[in-house]
Amino acid sequence: MSEKKEKNGLLNRLLIENPVFGLYLGICSSLAITTNINNAIGMGIAVTVVLVLSNILVSAVRNLTPDDIHIPVYIVIIATLVTIVGMVIQAYTPSLYSALGAFIDLIVVNCIILGRAEAFASMNPIGPSIADGVSMGISYTLSILAMSLVRQILGTGILSLSNPFTNAEIFSLRLIPEGFELPFFKEQFGAFITFACLAAAVSAYKNHVENASKKGTK
Amino acid sequence: MNLFTLFISGMLINNIILSKFIGMCPFMGVSTKMESAVGMGLAVIFVVFCASVLSWGLYYGVLVPLELEYMKLITFILLIAAFVQFVELFIKKNSPSLYKQLGIYLPLITTNCAVLYVALDNITQKYSLIETIVNSIGVPAGFMLMLCIFSTIRERLRGNDVPKAFEGNPIAFIIAAIMAIAFSSLSGLV
Repeated sequence: MSEKKEKNGLLNRLLIENPVFGLYLGICSSLAITTNINNAIGMGIAVTVVLVLSNILVSAVRNLTPDDIHIPVYIVIIATLVTIVGMVIQAYTPSLYSALGAFIDLIVVNCIILGRAEAFASMNPIGPSIADGVSMGISYTLSILAMSLVRQILGTGILSLSNPFTNAEIFSLRLIPEGFELPFFKEQFGAFITFACLAAAVSAYKNHVENASKKGTK
Repeated sequence: MNLFTLFISGMLINNIILSKFIGMCPFMGVSTKMESAVGMGLAVIFVVFCASVLSWGLYYGVLVPLELEYMKLITFILLIAAFVQFVELFIKKNSPSLYKQLGIYLPLITTNCAVLYVALDNITQKYSLIETIVNSIGVPAGFMLMLCIFSTIRERLRGNDVPKAFEGNPIAFIIAAIMAIAFSSLSGLV
């Protein structure tokens, strides 16, 4: 029983408190770079790294920052981390760097990172802040991974993954026969439709949970 | 590049919301009412224009001579944050009525990706000062146009019967998808 409850808790955390589909944070990047799973995984890892490090630093300086200028301080911390992560990506995985383009720099203004710094890390010690960063980062990564799976499979008919360091293909699997794929999903409008459907699914699940808990109390 | 072409392509063809997905957060958040859409749109045009021109000057005037190009991200975001703060104080002191209207949108602009994106894009595309000025008016004008069109559609949507799961933001994304299809047909314009 308790195991089931815990499992539900995890699912709830992933779906209802999902930063992308539940709270609508960080939508820009999740729409733009999810054309294939390589980009989604790369972006997910980059955001998670920045999020965890910024949570650590913000939490470490939380007692030293004057209240009036806390936002600029956090932004400088985040911008420094993003510059470092961007340079690392450019040095080791140039193909990923060119695929993600401006969106690496735009991690600075990704609302998830500043949001977590402001709402969580600035009030909590380092330990819980790391945990919060990791869990938020993972649920962001899973969300954009879900979007990119839908878009890549429907758009190109092929599910493939390649090694970002060498550009060698790891595996490639054709799921939809040639001529039946829907290039629509590779375009901008496909991104909006995919996002709308996934967000609707999350909100349907939320309604379902709310109804179930109402019935339970009666 | 022809300046007029640059303006039109920034505003309509490469519309920053529908083709580049930048500035989605305020787009979804503020687009429920026409009045707030206009207020936000004007504030964004003003901030994007000033911040881009300032950061262009800072990049070519300070960072390039000192060979500190890699610092551009940190410099620009600080500049934007400071500029927004300054504008907020200035408006608060000189025009309380305007502050009341714009007040809540100004802090939001710091985290609007559009401002940072335009500032960085001007540098990446190696625009001259004149091109930077034209681009930094055209792009946010496209943002405002989208915001206004979108808010009127959403106002009409309020009384309609939307499937429960799609209520709120999901249906707004469907509308955005349809608008993106409509706008993609403009790509042959230039």
